[in-house]
Amino acid sequence: MFGKLTWDAIPLNEPIPLITVGVLIVGVLGILTLITVKGWWPYLWREWITSTDHKRIGVMYVILALVMLLRGFADAIMMRAQLALAAGHATGFLPPEHYNQIFSAHGTIMIFFVGMTFVVGLMNFVLPLQLGVRDVAFPVLNSVSFWLTAAGVLLVNVSLGIGEFAKTGWLAYPPLSELAYSPGVGVDYYLWSLQISGLGTLLSGINLTTTILKLRAPGMGYGRMPVFCWTALASNLLIVAAFPILTATFAMLLLDRYVGFHFFTNDGGGNPMMYINLIWSWGHPEVYILILPAFGVFSEVIATFSGKPLFGYRSMVIATMAICVLSFMVWLHHFFTMGAGANVNAFFGIATMIIAVPTGVKIFNWLFTLYGGSVRFTAPLHWAIGFIVTFVIGGMTGVLMAIPPADFVLHNSLFLIAHFHNVIIGGVIFGAMAGYTYWFPKAFGFRLHEGLGKAVFWCWFIGFYLAFMPLYVLGLMGATRRMQHYADPTWQPLMQLALGGAVIILIGILLTIVQLVVSIRTRERRRDLTGDPWNGRTLEWSISSPPPAWNFALLPNVAGPDAFWKAKSRTVVPGSEPGLVPLAVPKNTPLGFFVAFFMVILGFSLIWHIWWLAVVGLLGAIAVCLRHTFRTELEDYVPVTMIAEHERAHRAHVIRA
Amino acid sequence: MSAVIDVASDESPMGVPLSELGPASARVVAGFGFWLFLLSDIIIFSALFAAYAVLCGETNGGPSPVELFDKRHVLIETSCLLASSFTCGMMMIAMERRQAGLVYVWALVTAALGVLFLRLEISEFIGMVHQGAGPARSAFLSSFFTLVGTHGAHVTVGILWLLLMLAQISTLGFRPMVVRRMLCFSLFWHALDIVWIGVFTVVYLGAHA
Repeated sequence: MFGKLTWDAIPLNEPIPLITVGVLIVGVLGILTLITVKGWWPYLWREWITSTDHKRIGVMYVILALVMLLRGFADAIMMRAQLALAAGHATGFLPPEHYNQIFSAHGTIMIFFVGMTFVVGLMNFVLPLQLGVRDVAFPVLNSVSFWLTAAGVLLVNVSLGIGEFAKTGWLAYPPLSELAYSPGVGVDYYLWSLQISGLGTLLSGINLTTTILKLRAPGMGYGRMPVFCWTALASNLLIVAAFPILTATFAMLLLDRYVGFHFFTNDGGGNPMMYINLIWSWGHPEVYILILPAFGVFSEVIATFSGKPLFGYRSMVIATMAICVLSFMVWLHHFFTMGAGANVNAFFGIATMIIAVPTGVKIFNWLFTLYGGSVRFTAPLHWAIGFIVTFVIGGMTGVLMAIPPADFVLHNSLFLIAHFHNVIIGGVIFGAMAGYTYWFPKAFGFRLHEGLGKAVFWCWFIGFYLAFMPLYVLGLMGATRRMQHYADPTWQPLMQLALGGAVIILIGILLTIVQLVVSIRTRERRRDLTGDPWNGRTLEWSISSPPPAWNFALLPNVAGPDAFWKAKSRTVVPGSEPGLVPLAVPKNTPLGFFVAFFMVILGFSLIWHIWWLAVVGLLGAIAVCLRHTFRTELEDYVPVTMIAEHERAHRAHVIRA
Repeated sequence: MSAVIDVASDESPMGVPLSELGPASARVVAGFGFWLFLLSDIIIFSALFAAYAVLCGETNGGPSPVELFDKRHVLIETSCLLASSFTCGMMMIAMERRQAGLVYVWALVTAALGVLFLRLEISEFIGMVHQGAGPARSAFLSSFFTLVGTHGAHVTVGILWLLLMLAQISTLGFRPMVVRRMLCFSLFWHALDIVWIGVFTVVYLGAHA
């Protein structure tokens, strides 16, 4: 009846997960009770859960990413604490079984549910506004994508309390991840949650690519798009091209595990190396999927706060697209040590070094944009400058490891861990935080607390260096990754220093929450009525904050790059022309929520081999989709009077300011 | 102003570059988005093709490709599928002319050819399993059943989709939404043909090469 699911699945004899789950359940129940008591359900359902508005969906993605950052960071600080303790005869507080789950969950969560979710959220919110259009290409699909991501998140968190998570590392290499060596449900949790959220990511990539290529305001030619749109285009093209490889690879591993196929097994002629090639031909583009939108954020932030157009727009675009193409030609550098031979390694080593060229072009473009500008040192610019410094260091250690002989020494050491945290924290997280601070006033109509924002930055910046510079040294001393305990006590001081760094980052994360609470409480003082708090250059700043459901009353006519900057200098505010017509906005739909609901059931029952329930989940998901396809009333019309009223009010505020 | 745009040049008759004309129509957006989806689907297939190419020699002491595949059988399968692409094209022409009756006829012929293809494929699979050449026998057979089976699963979905479209035409009529979906269906069906030509070449002809 319940497949493999029994009461033994609940880790009653392991205090750490039990307490975590307890706190989590109390927290979630507390929030649900608060919502019920305050009577917020109808509002949440109508305005958020069923919303097809790209801005609302973008905000929900970012909230989800921030929540998962807490989860992923809890894993991180537990690992750092364990390693600060477990030297010589000390064993620390985490048993190896549990430690293995923690590093696997940390990597999986940080890449898929923090990094991806954050950048997809920012792109969702910003792209239609920058392109000067009213929504993404497929608003209903957008809602489905978001809820599929949320379904994956839910499954990963369920693994904390029911069963276990993978102990295989974040990419689940076979043969370890095969049934013979991982008979538990951990790998199945990993696979199904990523299959479901990966489907959401793929659909979102298709949606946003179509939006950029087919929906732009009149006059918004490719050479006039803001650089964030270009980097988002490159990132979404990579999603469309790379995520299907991940889906296919996981499907093959699932077939091995569930029905005894022999793709990656040791016996039957299977080939584990094929998995490693396939997974990295997704995995390397994936890191560019994460970093390219961050590059776009920095381009916007640096241009805005330098008061100058971005230096070398064309070279920036060419560099972005060069990275997009090259990212598919370097995957083998993740496993130089696995015996492909000297010539193959040399090819991939050189290809990897070539990527440093367009990246270097970008760094110089940002520096030359700052040079001679009237620079305003706001919180978003702090992140951008911290990024330039940090990312250059991370990039150089990357080029170092692109040399195959050096990689033979450094492979799987803490040096590698330090390198990729250097580029992912220094690049993706800094970029996400810069974007969060920069576009927050656009989303909510008031600014975040500036001083606290800078404090958050300094905590992350200093904390990062304290936490990861010791790891470079430890790596050179021979410390390996995924190590739960070490014999050499001379490593311990550096491990303790790294824990200190993690604690400072923790303070930064807590200050982010404080900043949010303080800013919301004092929002009346931080209110921005002009819609243009930073003296911005691109179209999203030409409309009110938060923007109306229809974004633009009239689609702007774009005459060149930095469209809003030029419009401002002509002192004609876009949208002041007459000729308003009633606008169609997509109706709300609970489709995404229900699809995700059934997909959670499907995933959970497949993980536990509850076959009848899996059928229920699958048929349920198909049924709600079928029902949706027969709907004909898909749009609401906003009357002209309402649009005109909104436009008048916004213009009055702009003129008063 | 003429709505016809000379596709050979990058500029519309008014001298405005195509990329600056503003948002595309719903039909173009839907068709383009679905093309992207098909490309991603083809990438799934290319991963499965790669797996087959790597594993097709790994027979684990079991039967090899040349012992299992019957060329004549596959030729009939291929003919069914290619013919169904033709009838699908006829269906789309009938739809452009809004001839509902002809649309139903061609759709049913297309679906029937699809079902015939599936029947042949399933009988091939069952025959192989009875010979002791099931997917768990060797890595070669795992990759064969996955590649060809994934294509078969797509054909199954396509047939069900087509039947759904007939239901939508009869209840909702030829409204733009339904026409767009038919357009996407025909793209899907032709894409499956392209994938099948890859399967036919790599798997079946490749076995005898």
